[in-house]
Amino acid sequence: MGIYSKPALFALLSVVLILAGTFVTTILPIYMPSTQPVSRYIKPYTAVELEGRDIYIREGCNNCHTQTVRPLRTEVARYGEYSKPEEFAYDRPHLWGSRRTGPDLARVGGKYPDAWHYQHLSDPASVSPVSNMPAYGWLAGRRLDTGYTFRKVSVLGYGYSRQEVTEQIDSYRVRVTAPDYPARDVRSRVTPPEFRNYLTEMDALVAYLQKLGRDVKELEQGRQVALQENESGKSEVQ
Amino acid sequence: MKESVHDYSVVRGFAYSALFWLIIGLVVGLWLAAEMFYPRLNLTPWLSFGRLRVVHTNGLAFGFALAGIFSCTYYMLQRLTRTPIAFPRLARFHLYLFNAAIALAALSLFAGMNTSKEYAELEWPLDVVVVIMWVVFAVNVFATLARRREKQMYISLWYIIAMTVTVAVLYIINNLSVPVNLFKSYPIYAGVNDANVQWWYGHNAVGFVFTVPILAMFYYYLPKTVNLPIYSHRLSIISFWSLVFAYLWTGAHHLMLTPVPEWIQTVAIAFSIFLIAPSWGSVVNGYYTMRGNWDLMRTNYLTKFFVVGITFYGLQTIQGPTQGLRTLTAFFHYTDYIVGHVHMGTMGWVTMIISASLYYMVQEMNRTEVYSVRLANLHFYLILAGQLLYTVTMWIAGIQQGAMWKATNPDGSLTYSFIETVASLYPYWKIRFVGGLVYFLGIVVFVYNFVMTGRGSKKSSLDPGMRTA
Ligand code: HEC
Ligand code: HEM
Ligand code: HEM
Repeated sequence: MGIYSKPALFALLSVVLILAGTFVTTILPIYMPSTQPVSRYIKPYTAVELEGRDIYIREGCNNCHTQTVRPLRTEVARYGEYSKPEEFAYDRPHLWGSRRTGPDLARVGGKYPDAWHYQHLSDPASVSPVSNMPAYGWLAGRRLDTGYTFRKVSVLGYGYSRQEVTEQIDSYRVRVTAPDYPARDVRSRVTPPEFRNYLTEMDALVAYLQKLGRDVKELEQGRQVALQENESGKSEVQ
Repeated sequence: MKESVHDYSVVRGFAYSALFWLIIGLVVGLWLAAEMFYPRLNLTPWLSFGRLRVVHTNGLAFGFALAGIFSCTYYMLQRLTRTPIAFPRLARFHLYLFNAAIALAALSLFAGMNTSKEYAELEWPLDVVVVIMWVVFAVNVFATLARRREKQMYISLWYIIAMTVTVAVLYIINNLSVPVNLFKSYPIYAGVNDANVQWWYGHNAVGFVFTVPILAMFYYYLPKTVNLPIYSHRLSIISFWSLVFAYLWTGAHHLMLTPVPEWIQTVAIAFSIFLIAPSWGSVVNGYYTMRGNWDLMRTNYLTKFFVVGITFYGLQTIQGPTQGLRTLTAFFHYTDYIVGHVHMGTMGWVTMIISASLYYMVQEMNRTEVYSVRLANLHFYLILAGQLLYTVTMWIAGIQQGAMWKATNPDGSLTYSFIETVASLYPYWKIRFVGGLVYFLGIVVFVYNFVMTGRGSKKSSLDPGMRTA
């Protein structure tokens, strides 16, 4: 039989076959704007949040935590509004995860004060005694490396100027080192003295966690408003 | 055709590499399993669960399984074409490059250089090395095929060709990224598209590493072991082409009920159900190849590895499509049930077939009998028992976890807090550790038996169950 004695042709036919499904299910959707819509309510990460996100990636938090709330009643009851595609427009890479050893984090922003996160990250068992989450206290003993931050946001196309990046970093540092920072006590307790006046990796991670799902409230409000406008528009016509 | 013209040094090299990475990957796996119920084992940053899990998955999928696949491929390629490897020195370079890449991969993942995309965690410089390594491999595959003396390509060669071209396409497309520096890059895809491309890759990494080349081994070493031809050539043609075609449409079954467009999810499920047919085509072909000679399960120690292995493959390919269905994925997605699925496939199907293939090859290459059939049997029963304890425990844990997440009180509020569900899983995680330990002991026996056979030792010529072939 022909093809079974022609390796090159055989390989070519295999490639054509595998490209069929590849093209329809992965390449085509990239060119359909409805796959990854953008919304003006969803803002890109700030420079510090982005650095925090990269620490999340480095530590593999996604191996225990998902970041997508599914449209199921109990899931919405547990975590909050289910995830919409718009929310992920700035996520490179996505961090949806495949295993939920710990809870979903897509809506964790604003759920707890910063102080809770400093305490929890440095010693999860002190907050939740049966937790099997690793302790990440050592992140507070590492200065945040911002040497590549500008390059990172440029690669990602967030559109910040070099000066804006510097300002974002400085203002966040001022915020967490200020005497009136609400989480000051816990932060000072978990951060070694020599790092207290600097931005640490833990600071950035907390900034990132607090961003998760924050814009969604506005997205949902925006949707409500649009819906109402639509309806009132309709009734005027009638 | 005399065997002596064949070059077996890379076959041996990759076989020992596979054993080495298997042991490393399993020790890491055991540590990981213990961390789940004894989190104090997260001793240092590089031992923390998030980093270690990636070392486990990469070490076993790419260190162990790929090395086993390369070993068997270089062997089957030479035997089935009746031609020595086209470029033996290039093949040796492949062996060194492979081990260097895996070692660097492990080190970089321990260090937290990690793209977060499952089974594609390596940062871009290592991706480049992997691509070069793959090209080196492909050159030898196609050059040897071009020089072959056996005109017709046997089934196993089809699967080898399909793996060679598809892995290249998968790996390159999913890893396209923009470097920030030597240790960090961002993918070119954003959000939903990144997830969609990633799981198209992720599923087909399973398909073209844990399935296609393992089937190549199955189609070659089973008939060799039982000394009977494969039952139906036509069935293997149909199974092959429909498997290769259908696999690529199913990635989104990993993304059910996420923001990925619903039509992609629906297409994925339809094709996943369809995949039962070609998968079972191979299962049935395997069973019928035995032609009722089931006594070989008892008299020929290798047969049972293949028959039990293909049985787990059959179970796996029923479990997979069903757990993707919308109602069931709502329940099982993200739970330990999926971890059970993963390990039935890897510990049941992949390891059974690779270890039997390695036994077969070392005997043939050294023209000797296995060091000890008794130890091989012990190896078989230990990995079988360990795997079953592991997977069944995880399925039960997954069902419990899914049920607790979904449980509501009469007033509609949730019955269990998240941490209550975590607490309830500790006993299962401990049993899983024991299962893993039993399996690991089986692998230690395997490694010992293999190494002793490779040295040409023979425990006793009266050892029962010598190969009849
Ligand atoms: C071994 C798995 C594991 C890893 C790895 C892990 N976590 Fe967790 N995480 C958990 C578990 C279990 C809980 C629930 C118990 C608790 O609160 O500690 C949790 C809870 C949390 C919570 C609180 C969520 C809520 O809604 O109450 C946050 C925030 C969190 N983790 C962040 C992280 C970050 C950031 C990382 C990486 C640096 C990380 N986790 C790594 C398992 C893990
Ligand atoms: C001693 C035996 C083994 C033990 C104790 C073990 C343990 C583990 C643990 C604890 C996890 C993480 C599960 C979770 O996050 O909840 C895991 C995941 C995984 N293991 Fe193993 N493992 C073993 C053998 C293997 C083998 C032989 C392979 C492959 C050849 C393998 C491949 C994987 C893969 C691919 C995952 C990721 C699963 C997913 O993402 O859902 N494991 N393993
Ligand atoms: C017809 C064939 C198969 C189908 C349709 C299938 C289906 C699935 C589905 C739906 C999931 C995702 C579950 C979830 O996250 O909710 C999954 C996960 C997985 N399957 Fe299968 N499966 C098949 C065969 C196999 C085989 C033969 C293996 C071999 C080892 C395997 C290994 C895995 C792995 C490693 C994962 C975990 C991926 C991750 O989340 O990291 N599967 N499979």
